[in-house]
Amino acid sequence: MTLPPRAEAASAPVAPARRKPRRSPVTWYRGGGLWNLLFLLPMIFVFFFFSWSPIVQSVIMSLQKTNLIVSEWVGLDNYVTVLSDPELGRAVINTLYFAVLALLFGFPLPLFMAVLMSEVKRGKGVYSALAYLPVVIPPVVAVLLWKFFYSADPAGVFNTALGWVGIPPQPWLSSATQAMPSLVLEATWAAAGGSIIIYLAALLSVPPELYDAAEVDGASIWRKVWHVTIPQLRGILFIMLILQVIATAQVFLEPFLFTGGGPAGATKTVLLYIYDKAFRNSLGGDYGEATAVSVLLAIVLAILSWLYFKLTNRWSTS
Amino acid sequence: MKSPARVLLAGVAVAATIGALAGCSAGEGEENADGKVELRVATFPPGADAAAYEAFATQEKQFEDEHPDIDIIGVEYEWEGPTFAVQLAGGSLPDVFTVPFTDSKTLLENGQLMDVTDEIEELGYTDSFNPIILDGVTDGEGHIFGFPRQAYAMGLHYNRDLFEQAGLDPDSPPTTWEQVREYAKKISDATGKAGYAQMAINNTGGWQLTAQTVARGGRTQVDNADGTAESTIDNDGTRNTLQFLHDLRWEDDSFGSKVDLDWGTINQEFAAGNIGMYTSGSDVYTALVRDFGMSPDQYGLGVVPVEGDDPGTLGGGDIAVISPTVDDDTKAAAVTWIDWYYMQKLLDEDAAVADAKALSDSGQAVGTPVLPVLSRELYEESLTWIEPYINVPRDQMAPFIDSIWDQTPVGEAKKSTQEVYALLDGVVQTVLTDENADIDALLAKAQTDAQALLDQ
Repeated sequence: MTLPPRAEAASAPVAPARRKPRRSPVTWYRGGGLWNLLFLLPMIFVFFFFSWSPIVQSVIMSLQKTNLIVSEWVGLDNYVTVLSDPELGRAVINTLYFAVLALLFGFPLPLFMAVLMSEVKRGKGVYSALAYLPVVIPPVVAVLLWKFFYSADPAGVFNTALGWVGIPPQPWLSSATQAMPSLVLEATWAAAGGSIIIYLAALLSVPPELYDAAEVDGASIWRKVWHVTIPQLRGILFIMLILQVIATAQVFLEPFLFTGGGPAGATKTVLLYIYDKAFRNSLGGDYGEATAVSVLLAIVLAILSWLYFKLTNRWSTS
Repeated sequence: MKSPARVLLAGVAVAATIGALAGCSAGEGEENADGKVELRVATFPPGADAAAYEAFATQEKQFEDEHPDIDIIGVEYEWEGPTFAVQLAGGSLPDVFTVPFTDSKTLLENGQLMDVTDEIEELGYTDSFNPIILDGVTDGEGHIFGFPRQAYAMGLHYNRDLFEQAGLDPDSPPTTWEQVREYAKKISDATGKAGYAQMAINNTGGWQLTAQTVARGGRTQVDNADGTAESTIDNDGTRNTLQFLHDLRWEDDSFGSKVDLDWGTINQEFAAGNIGMYTSGSDVYTALVRDFGMSPDQYGLGVVPVEGDDPGTLGGGDIAVISPTVDDDTKAAAVTWIDWYYMQKLLDEDAAVADAKALSDSGQAVGTPVLPVLSRELYEESLTWIEPYINVPRDQMAPFIDSIWDQTPVGEAKKSTQEVYALLDGVVQTVLTDENADIDALLAKAQTDAQALLDQ
């Protein structure tokens, strides 16, 4: 009995894929291209006016000395000025310090919490909701609330709590050494919820039979975490790490609202440096120098983002 | 393919885009439907109480009755260096607004103010202004760019309640810095509140450090006639001021724990009864009572103590100016408004009385001590005109009112004022947050850094 033609075709060697024919304007129009374009128009304009054109303008501005009314071309002078400014160096160091502290406090904590929560059998929803709650509070409100907690007064909220265990009142935000850790503590509290939810989702994808196998081998819970969970989460952990580095490089809200970059510049980050250059000190603002630093920061972040995309692609296909 | 719904949707999308584009380029209509000139004028900072709006509405109506061809639109406005340049470039400034003396020179150099020389001549004000004050809005060629509207001198504000609780006489505030320190200690020991506090952030740290340097006979900057300037931060006046702050904060523990205050937050803390004494402009009473809800009974005002050779009292103030982008009709309307709203009450009895009445009827402060922008005689005469409407406790301000004329007024530095203030913020913060701060080293470095700013 001969095979039906269809099956025959199926078993035939696969022909190389034909190249797509070049689309002429006519076929583009007939295929509804004009309609698509019409629907896209609003979006294109929104992107053009609010994203692309400001980006191009800021690159142009970084080559000018301008007060937004009068501009003159100064070439790369702005870049030379800011790169030789010790203030920028200090701001970069402060930002790195924030990033390192945020990694130390903020990176292991959500993972630890997520692992704990995934072991809970009942009321998982309640714990998730509780963990996510700080993310729901508007960031500005959260910072102002914590500013109140951090009051250096002996009667301040945190100082009162320390008093119960016999620790003397701390200056918190008004001390050059304690200000940055105080900021990181709040930032960690505010952001941990989001990470916990992501880790919880990732933990669900770990095949249960791996745990079963480990259990048969007599592994304790911590050995299971170390030998099964963490290796399985390797990809997501790395992605979260890069995302966190990208986020901490742009830290602005906390130092701006908590300390304004003080005391005496101890919490001035790169973004705050840009803000101050542009807005704080002068009526015309040093917009040229400010945008020059912005462009430099954008390049660094673009490299990090490229790395992120490369890695996510590799993991999503492996 | 072309279903009606789809055509409709595409139409909406295109219309929305065109609408958005039209919105981007829509200019401001200067004349409204009735052929009146629309004039957008600054009123008061966002967050003022309903009474302030009421008072303004009354005045707006009075003005529009007298000038039916002008339509006044009040705009909430607060002078802020950071947003000013952006608002100017974006065209969202009111047509008439006020700027501080310190910034007027910079704005003038940047071409960001409207020339009003002819108008001031025409109104006949040129000779009546206090020449020191008029100089701040005059460029090298003698063109005038604004109407000086009000001036203040630095004063020592104190809380009468806390004085009483500490066993001090609320009618005799301290007159020397040594006494300030002594009183601060007593207040802090007796009440647990900050005996004395000082601003330290957002350029106000530098501002107050400069004010107290001047009060101790020092100067932080010498402005030369050719437009250059020399930084003199490393002087004994500044050194003694920082030492004073250090001693209150670290030796007496009478400074309180808040070292991150600025103009707004220190007013808020003071109004809440958490601060015994602080220095700020003599005109903050209005803000304390109107915006921060302070009880007038608690308020006391004295002069800033002066000592050393050639001491003075730092003063400042603001100027009514016109946006440089308005057309001629709007400019003429703007001059009419400034003359009516800001100037006439300083010169003319009827206008002064009408203004005071409108303010007092809506519970606004009348009679807050200021410095005259015209002459002292005219200012004191104007106080007699509005006597029945004065509702601020001037007897509680007597220590200031009686002694301020004996002090020498000193203007703020003119070159890179705000940048240098920002630099000095760091110095003040270091002294207040580091017990072992090396004041001499801080001053030497600040002077070098400031000179670099001035030489730019």
